[in-house]
Amino acid sequence: MSRTASTVRPFTLGGVALAGAAGVIATWLVTYVGYFVVSMLNPSNILPNLGPTAAIGLVLGVALAQMGPALQKQKGLAVGIGLVAGVVWLGLTMAFGVALPLTFLVTTLAMFAIAGLSIRSVFLGVDVAHLRKDYVEAVVFRLVRGILLCAVTLVVALPFFFMLSLSFKTRAEYLGDPTNLSVNLIQPIPELFSGFIEVLVRFNFGVYIFNSTAIALLTVVITVTTGILGAYAVTRLRFPGRRFLSKAILLIYMFPAIVLVIPLYSVFTQLGLRDTRHGLLIVYSAMTIPVALYMLRSYFQTLPADLEEAGLIDGCSRAQVIWRITIPLSGPAIASVGLYVFMIAWNEFLFAFMFLDTPAIFTLSRGMMVLDDMEVPRQLLMAGATIITIPIMVLFFRFQRYLVGGLTAGSVKG
Amino acid sequence: MKGKRYASVTAREARLALWMLLPAFLIVFAVIVFPVVANFWISGKSVSLGDLRPATPSLREFVAQAPSEAGDELVLEYRLRNSSRGVPIQDVVLEATVPEGLSPAPNDAPAAPDAQHCSIEAGRIECRWDEWEGGFSDTITFTFIADQAFFDAQVDMRSPTEADISGRSINVLTTFDFTLDNFRFVVSARRFWEVLRTTFAYPFLGAIGSILLGLTAAMLLNRKFPGQTLLRGLYLFPYVAPIIAVAFTWVFLLEPFRGTLNTYLMSIGVLESPISFLSTRSIQIGDLPFPLALSIVIFFDAWRYFPFSFLFILARLQAIPSDLYESVEVDGGGMVRQFISITLPQLHSVITTLFLLRFMWTFNKFDDVFLLTGGAAGTRTLPIQVYDNAFGRGDIGAGAATAVVLFLFLAVFLILYFRYVVKED
Repeated sequence: MSRTASTVRPFTLGGVALAGAAGVIATWLVTYVGYFVVSMLNPSNILPNLGPTAAIGLVLGVALAQMGPALQKQKGLAVGIGLVAGVVWLGLTMAFGVALPLTFLVTTLAMFAIAGLSIRSVFLGVDVAHLRKDYVEAVVFRLVRGILLCAVTLVVALPFFFMLSLSFKTRAEYLGDPTNLSVNLIQPIPELFSGFIEVLVRFNFGVYIFNSTAIALLTVVITVTTGILGAYAVTRLRFPGRRFLSKAILLIYMFPAIVLVIPLYSVFTQLGLRDTRHGLLIVYSAMTIPVALYMLRSYFQTLPADLEEAGLIDGCSRAQVIWRITIPLSGPAIASVGLYVFMIAWNEFLFAFMFLDTPAIFTLSRGMMVLDDMEVPRQLLMAGATIITIPIMVLFFRFQRYLVGGLTAGSVKG
Repeated sequence: MKGKRYASVTAREARLALWMLLPAFLIVFAVIVFPVVANFWISGKSVSLGDLRPATPSLREFVAQAPSEAGDELVLEYRLRNSSRGVPIQDVVLEATVPEGLSPAPNDAPAAPDAQHCSIEAGRIECRWDEWEGGFSDTITFTFIADQAFFDAQVDMRSPTEADISGRSINVLTTFDFTLDNFRFVVSARRFWEVLRTTFAYPFLGAIGSILLGLTAAMLLNRKFPGQTLLRGLYLFPYVAPIIAVAFTWVFLLEPFRGTLNTYLMSIGVLESPISFLSTRSIQIGDLPFPLALSIVIFFDAWRYFPFSFLFILARLQAIPSDLYESVEVDGGGMVRQFISITLPQLHSVITTLFLLRFMWTFNKFDDVFLLTGGAAGTRTLPIQVYDNAFGRGDIGAGAATAVVLFLFLAVFLILYFRYVVKED
């Protein structure tokens, strides 16, 4: 028993059917996704041939599923079997007279190795010789999981990849084959970045970057400062109406911008604040202060009050206590708030669009509207989109931990 | 003694709290609370975009006929206009100085000054009007006889009398006349009920879509595997990326003329001819009409906001104790049973909250629909209508009235939200 269990399982009709079906699906999925990705990076559209792929997938599935636990443990074996299947597949495809570029040869082998690994993990712990309901369920579940993982990732990532890739392509290059998202990296830098250079120089995006950065940073300063003061008062000081205030903060956070835009537009026009950077700064601060108060308040509540009381007894003033004790202890929360506020101010569209008329004070969001013109090549629109997205992308991936904190706290616990 | 001291400490603390909260309070009050109230106020007024600039009297001085030698006539014109088409100006006063060497022509001259409003006394011209109505414009003409002193003084012929005008206009926003016309206009608009239907369908389906996608993504990543952290970051990105960048990317991706998606779908044989995804109101699928543009906008909403649901559902999933699953496994329940009898009940409350929040936020979302379709092809929602009325048609009052309708709906949702979701902290 133990010898057979550790090597090859006995063949049963049900087991082979399940393994074959799973093998076909997994192999087809992996090779299809692989080819799809590679053909986006390559100036040709080749998709795997269904016939040979299915046949080899079937064999691959059965071969990997019939292995006992000991063989299943070895990942290398699965990769090896996958590679062999890949070579056979290439032989079959070539025999049909299809000429494949080198990139596709390499891709095919890599994809089959991945297919081998995937099928192995689909059948991990499943004894195909004695099929039970939960084994079948596990196999189906894992396959569905894999399919969904590929699908969701593709749907999420594709628009961003599209944006990035198209910002490097001229109109002619794009119209030549709109489905080809590859970028020809082997060209002189000024040509490769021509879209970006044009957007930065001719469309003044350099100025807009400065405006966006300045407004976003100042918003962070104003919001964080007022937020710290306010949140400290709400958590540490006793005053009438304290409980009411906590609810009010939450309520105000829910007020939508579209309800504010008409009165603000009217009043700011009459006060001469509308087409100015500080007008925008005031609006952004007001939009973010409730969130900042809410987030900082939640964090201050977790800080022990003892330390601050000790400081007060030692003769520090409230200002000193906040500066020397509360703020240093709240580093992560302040970072969360700051990043979140920066992101909101940087991304804001509605008010920038409604308020700003003078190109010299445009933010990036507002400046993008200039590029949305049939006369302007779409490449420049995508270059603009990339320019406005990159800083957020860098901040996000660099400080993901803090931003995630901001995102969750920025939305009230349920 | 002790009690008094205690009281003063409490009072000091309350005063300090007030000072510390004041900056936040002032900014939020001025930019959020006040405008919400002001919006109700404006919704009862008949105000157009042009009326926001205060009405001012404008004056152009113009020498219609210049004298060439002593004894000739100088004909002077004042061209007057109210800068606003709708708002009257009260107590308009025009003052000017007659230069040396000019004397009013006898009254029987062809263009006598407008005696009803103007007088010339001791070298000064003064004109008064009680009111200029909106759109008022007029020209008044004076005729003078020039003598030698006039030529000696070398008067600037562009504005010989240095006329100045002033007036008092009401600020349309601060008057006390109200009207219900704006609301009548909003409710009787040709497509109001259709807009209302879209306004509800869009956030309802969008919220469901984003929760389903978020749930799927959370289930997929609720397990350690290589690349899991990277995927988590990627899955959050649609939510943090600037709206304007992702919206334009989608518009470009879906373009009808040689757009990437159209070309791809045609190359694999799904489509025969390109579709304009964002400007086609509906297509026939079998016999049923399918609202295409609205569906795309809803799908975009699900795509952009699923990370929010994903984050919350993932956090909740990771908090489910594993022995709950084990108990089902012992009973012989498979994955489906585990999902239905453990996972879903555990997620129930977070999903309800997410639905309410997402519904509310999408309900008054403007940017997304505006940037994708501009409200065309059956995607017009109330926020788009607010913008269109106020800034597209230039009718600030009607825009504000639309915003009031929107706000009243929102108030109902907020009451529900505070009743059922936000309990005592």
